[in-house]
Amino acid sequence: MEDISLVTVVFMLPLVGVLPLLFVRSLSEHTMKWLTLTVSLVTFGLSLLLLYNFDTRVAGLQMVQKWDWISSDSFTIRYYVGVDGISIWLVLLTTFIMPISILASFEPIKDRVRLYYIFMLLMEWAMIGVFVAQDLFLFYVFWEVTLIPMYFLIGIWGSEDRIYAAIKFFLYTMAGSLLMLLAILWLGNEAGTFSLPEIFAKLNSGELSFSPSTERWLFLAFAIAFAIKVPMWPLHSWLPDAHVQAPTAGSVILAGVLLKMGTYGFVRFNLPLFPEASETFAPYIALLAVIGIIYGAWVSYGQDNVKKLVAYSSISHLGFVMLGIFALNSSGIQGGILQMVNHGISTGGLFLMVGMLYERRHTKMMNAFGGIWRAMPLFSGLSLVIVLSSMGLPGLNGFVGEFTILLGSAGSQVLSLWFTVAAAVGIILAAVYMLYMFNTVYMGELDKEENKRLPDLNWQELWSLIPIVIMVFAIGLQAGFFFNYMDSSVRDLVQYLGDTITAAAGR
Amino acid sequence: MFEVPSLSDLNVGATLPVTLLALGACVLLVVDLFIPRERKSITAWLTAIGIGVSLVFSLLSLSGAVEFGSGELAFSDMYRADRLTDTINVAALITALLGVMVAYDYLERTRLQRGEYYILLMFSAAGAMLMGAANDLVIVFIALELLSIPLYILSGFRRPQEASEESAMKYFLLGAFASGFLIYGIALIYGATGTTNLPEVWDAVAGVVAEDSAAKFLVMIGAGLVLAGLGFKVAAVPFHMWTPDVYQGAPTPVVAYMSVAAKIGGFAALVRVFGMGLSTFVLESGAPAAWQDTIWLVAVLTMLLGNVVAIVQSDLKRLLAYSTIAHAGYILIAVAAAGTAGLEDTAAQAVVIYLIAYAFTNAGAFAVITAMEKDDASNTSLDALRGLASRCPWLAAAMAVFMLSLTGIPLTAGFVGKWFVFKVALQADLVAAAVVGVLTSAVSAYYYLRVVWMMYFEEGEGDAATPPALAWAIGVAAVGTLVLGALPYLLSDMAREITLAFGG
Repeated sequence: MEDISLVTVVFMLPLVGVLPLLFVRSLSEHTMKWLTLTVSLVTFGLSLLLLYNFDTRVAGLQMVQKWDWISSDSFTIRYYVGVDGISIWLVLLTTFIMPISILASFEPIKDRVRLYYIFMLLMEWAMIGVFVAQDLFLFYVFWEVTLIPMYFLIGIWGSEDRIYAAIKFFLYTMAGSLLMLLAILWLGNEAGTFSLPEIFAKLNSGELSFSPSTERWLFLAFAIAFAIKVPMWPLHSWLPDAHVQAPTAGSVILAGVLLKMGTYGFVRFNLPLFPEASETFAPYIALLAVIGIIYGAWVSYGQDNVKKLVAYSSISHLGFVMLGIFALNSSGIQGGILQMVNHGISTGGLFLMVGMLYERRHTKMMNAFGGIWRAMPLFSGLSLVIVLSSMGLPGLNGFVGEFTILLGSAGSQVLSLWFTVAAAVGIILAAVYMLYMFNTVYMGELDKEENKRLPDLNWQELWSLIPIVIMVFAIGLQAGFFFNYMDSSVRDLVQYLGDTITAAAGR
Repeated sequence: MFEVPSLSDLNVGATLPVTLLALGACVLLVVDLFIPRERKSITAWLTAIGIGVSLVFSLLSLSGAVEFGSGELAFSDMYRADRLTDTINVAALITALLGVMVAYDYLERTRLQRGEYYILLMFSAAGAMLMGAANDLVIVFIALELLSIPLYILSGFRRPQEASEESAMKYFLLGAFASGFLIYGIALIYGATGTTNLPEVWDAVAGVVAEDSAAKFLVMIGAGLVLAGLGFKVAAVPFHMWTPDVYQGAPTPVVAYMSVAAKIGGFAALVRVFGMGLSTFVLESGAPAAWQDTIWLVAVLTMLLGNVVAIVQSDLKRLLAYSTIAHAGYILIAVAAAGTAGLEDTAAQAVVIYLIAYAFTNAGAFAVITAMEKDDASNTSLDALRGLASRCPWLAAAMAVFMLSLTGIPLTAGFVGKWFVFKVALQADLVAAAVVGVLTSAVSAYYYLRVVWMMYFEEGEGDAATPPALAWAIGVAAVGTLVLGALPYLLSDMAREITLAFGG
């Protein structure tokens, strides 16, 4: 038996945590909550160790674990996990968001507690699986498995229209990913392996190559699956429903991590597997991304439901990420990855805020609030930081990501400058709807009787917001530290993209 | 002069699993007479033991630990004991064992406890096993009858309940009709090739095609009729009409067994006849076998009809009946892929993997319905599931696992089956069929998830009773579904050495 990689430990720990919840009948609700929180905190601690052990000079995979899972004469499927500069922050994001979501569930979740925490840990397991998997089979397995806990989280603990939202979420994402399944099978049949690094090696050596039209079809099959997940306009319609109906922790996870699976997929699969098609489609995808930026912002402004506003703002923010990725240059992609993390933190925070408001007033309508600052100063202060971070105020995390993305898209060889201009307009719009929301809910006169006695944060709420605020400042002020980790891997990817594209142009 | 072959020439040893089962059933037929009515649990146990022993022999043969008989062929080249036979035996026997476990308490509480039930089940399992071992078209036919006739009787086992009688009658009449098609098809193939022995048919068909004689039309029509006959057994469109009515009317434990066993037998025979006997029926050199287009079109229609019609069902048994039609479509894609030269083995492996995955999942799902069903055969509607998760958490969890497996969600056996089927479909360039396959899978998610949402998201009085044998059956099926899903190599290793002897 070879050594077990740290990645495997981080990955499997949540699953181990499920076992006592499943089989020990005598656990009290209190124990179950704390057990789940402990498991997720230990997972987070170990993932920090992952960061500590990470060698930033290495572009390829690190802390790899490789076991044969299915082997036959014509192909192999492996349990193949590892992290590189592209995935490391997303793994960290997952393990960071989970304890927060679990802590934020302590009060609101009173029904079927055991089942809830089982699904929370399964969710964490599957999400880490998506980010560490280096085998197409393994990736697809976890890509699909993430649907199940989320389906239950929305369907059981969601609000009134939860069933509709849950089924829509499931069907939408599944329909998209099934075409990806075919593309994966096709790739595997051609390459004789499903391991990503081996496929890259074969592509590099010319042992495996696609005709341009095949490459485009494959690109599209992957892209549709990812675009639905992101979600890109016009495939976004599941998102507002799912977000609004999901319980608070569900929304936090959905916005914080699940959506990133889509953008991550583009960077991990579409760009390196199909570089020429990526170049061909880049302007179209950037166009959809920019439409998403403006559309999401515009629709957000029109909402009177806070949760919907935050949900639509996600479409806008993820548009930035997509624009950065398809700038196909180093700063675009690095900005995109950092913005994935930023969005996870800020929007996760925004959903927590909405959840806290909802717990107090059982409404998400903005006009039910007003002047909350006077009743809940601590809460409002922390909220302001998160709102500003989401808007992209310099010094906070959102600014760094968006700025780098705009830098990337402006300097991009494949995108016209107009995309950058349009995206910049999106930033202004973001300030408009965010400040409008903050103004309506927090500022002004505390004129409604029911709002006057609202209690400020309890310790669980406080401790779920504090880490977020810390990260908002940490990334905002020390972005170099974060970029440093992705540098080698992204540089490698961009180099590869550039080489193949030049080679194709030369042909 | 007709020469009586000696026992050693027959190579009975190679046929041990199926011979044991059939002999056991015959002996039990007599023994059962002496078992008093109130102690039929003895018959059930004896049946389980018989099936168990046969299963052990099949597994031994499969693992290669023991070699039974000498060589692959037995009974004057009628029976072929190869890897496909072994895997089909295992699948059929596991299904039969689950069938006994699911049935016992049901028969007890509905006062139907009779020894014949178990004995008929054994005979039909032997039929399914023989279909996988057929090396001759005549055996295909005999095995089909051995599989089907007990199933007709079992469907009507709840006499004098009308639905059950109607189900048996319908199944019997249409089944007899389908048998007619099959035997006529066999006759035409015999007419064209002068033999019913599959290896010889394989040879002769190549000759017929090479000569370009009119006999190739006989082969073509014969193949079509065989497809119709076997298509009826596996419930492929357009021969599926009987399925919903029969499955809804027949006693639920019978459906748990027959919805799987008939498919195992039917598909094993399809693989034998088309993948083996008729794989040389290639009209243009380099092109796939002439029947490939027909089969994948049938597969596409089957998937579309089964999945779309299942959406509007409100009765769980009927819903799953349409779902079984849909699954026949998925497996048929793999059968069609066998028409591409060089892919016969891979396609047969995909079929077997899918069948074993399906056996656990589908038998398990019907076992859960058996647990819910009241003594008067009511309480099988979708609404009856409401709130089941709060009252019977483990049962609901098992049902959820079965539904996810039928949808083809990873980490369940169903996904492994679909993976291999779609993989071979792409290898055979059946892209259209594969695309329809994945899209209809997405459609199927809707109605399978509806079952889950009824159990988990709705409040209600959903309730079920799980006596020990039934609980074990559901537990085994659920654990099997998950284990095969998490450790797919168990299935792929088992199937990987399947070769259709002279296919390539």
